[in-house]
Amino acid sequence: MNHSDAGQAMEPLMFSATNLNAHNRRLQWLFRVLFGLMTLILVIPVGVILTVLVVRGGPAISMEFLFSHPSDGMTAGGIFPALIGTMWLVAVALIASVPVGVAAAVYLSEYAPDNWLTRGINLAIINLAGVPSIVHALFGLGAFVIFAGFGTSILAASLTLAVMTLPVVIVATRESLQAVPLAFREACWNMGATRWQTIRTVVLPNAISGILTGVILEVSRTAGETAPIMFTGAAFFFPFLPLSVFDQTMAMSMHLFVISTAVPGVPDELKYGTALTLITLVLFMNAISITFRSYLRGKKKW
Amino acid sequence: MLTEKVKPSASMNLDHRGRDWYTDKAIALLVFVSGISAIIFIIGIFVFITKEGFGFIAGPLNVREFFGSPAWRPTSLRDPTYGVLALIAGTASVTGLAMVVSVPFSLGAAIFIGEFATGRLRETLKVLVELLAAIPSVVWGFIGLSIMNPLIIDLFDVPVGLGVLNSGIVLGLMAAPIMTTIAEDALKAVPDGYREAAEAMGATKWQVIFKVVLPTAKNGLVAAVLLGVGRGFGETMAVLMASGHSVNIPTSPFDSVRALTATIAAELGETAIGSEHYRALFTLGILLFVVTFIINLTADLVVRGVKKK
Repeated sequence: MNHSDAGQAMEPLMFSATNLNAHNRRLQWLFRVLFGLMTLILVIPVGVILTVLVVRGGPAISMEFLFSHPSDGMTAGGIFPALIGTMWLVAVALIASVPVGVAAAVYLSEYAPDNWLTRGINLAIINLAGVPSIVHALFGLGAFVIFAGFGTSILAASLTLAVMTLPVVIVATRESLQAVPLAFREACWNMGATRWQTIRTVVLPNAISGILTGVILEVSRTAGETAPIMFTGAAFFFPFLPLSVFDQTMAMSMHLFVISTAVPGVPDELKYGTALTLITLVLFMNAISITFRSYLRGKKKW
Repeated sequence: MLTEKVKPSASMNLDHRGRDWYTDKAIALLVFVSGISAIIFIIGIFVFITKEGFGFIAGPLNVREFFGSPAWRPTSLRDPTYGVLALIAGTASVTGLAMVVSVPFSLGAAIFIGEFATGRLRETLKVLVELLAAIPSVVWGFIGLSIMNPLIIDLFDVPVGLGVLNSGIVLGLMAAPIMTTIAEDALKAVPDGYREAAEAMGATKWQVIFKVVLPTAKNGLVAAVLLGVGRGFGETMAVLMASGHSVNIPTSPFDSVRALTATIAAELGETAIGSEHYRALFTLGILLFVVTFIINLTADLVVRGVKKK
């Protein structure tokens, strides 16, 4: 009884919006809309670009386009050698970079003390990711093509790509290793396991899916790069399928560059078709990686 | 007798070094070597491009001509000139326009995604930004060449649509997702306690962002912009294809320019290994390496400044 009386008495004193409140609310609404629009303007191009590529390149895509060689001085035919070449480049680059990248991430996450060396490694990783791709190309030319004597070959191009995309694997792996709770490791150490036994049997199995996500992301990065392979292994036109890592090869990204800038008279349909195939390949790998990651986040046991 | 006495104590030895111990040490070494591989590669990059470019720096390089002359005529038979002023102007104008276009949008998007958007909308936007970042640079170049080019010709009634404007917009779209992601991380790093304290004082969401979150995240936002600049500065294929590629100090946004990166990409294939031109291109590479290194180092120091506080 008393209680409700007090409530009644309070009624006139309850909150009512003043001019200042209304002003603040309007301001907040304004900025919310403004920033929302800015975000939209940023993401709309993705939709527009994809639509244009699909509309103009879609009709060019056929089994014949994907599985036949370019003909008539690259103004007709398909993209088969470029497709196969990109697969070679990606595969060799992965073989070279994944073991090193995972091991480096294991060091950074499980062993590295907090000292100047670790800070140096982190800075080097940031720089490796930030150095312009054309500088990586110069490095690949100087180190792998000339100094190591691989010539312009898949091996030289893939190693250049491997160095360039190493940070992707390291960062993704380190994150997923650090997400494994310390208690898991402590439990294992308490059973008398060595550091490596703990990593091999407890840490890595719990982080493997996160590592895979990073590897898939690296595939997508590697497949789209052009500048690093221009002078190290990708050929302008190479009508054969590569037989070993010492062969030159065509590549999707390089092929798109060549037919859209260097070869006159290539029909638009062919260019858009090539661009569409490349972007589908890249975005497909990315989508897998993103789906995988959100699935894992939902499934996480700890 | 002696061996019999020693044996039991050896089996009691808790510091027994068996196969597992040696495996453990071997792996630790292996992992350490991989760990420092990033440092080795960075040093390797510097050593190899310097090795190839050294012949030019030590020999024909004329510092005043190199930085002061707008004439880049490496293939001239009578008087090859290596002036990078126009190339620097090209890179600077394209990167500058890209930043003007993308910095406000990236920071705005970061604030919207990080502070306003929630739940499904937020996840969707993050994925879209990630997809924007995934588009390969050669595809961006192709977009500049075949979609933006006719569009600019139509809209502004100019004879050629390749130039500062085209490559600036393309580069802005390329740099935006990186800046958005890093800026959003910086906003996320602001402790929730700060926001709650401000909200408890009756601040509106916008007041919290403007008066509390943004000032706290300032350093991270600066680092985000710096890394965006680094990205734009070092981008090669898109600029090569969308900038028109003529050596020129631009006076209008429709002027065709040539960037440092694009010059290397376009000319390296035509030079003989070891020639003066070849070494001059590696010298451009050294310039690019040093500048991006400084940008990345600065960004790192700025972020570290925020962590110390």
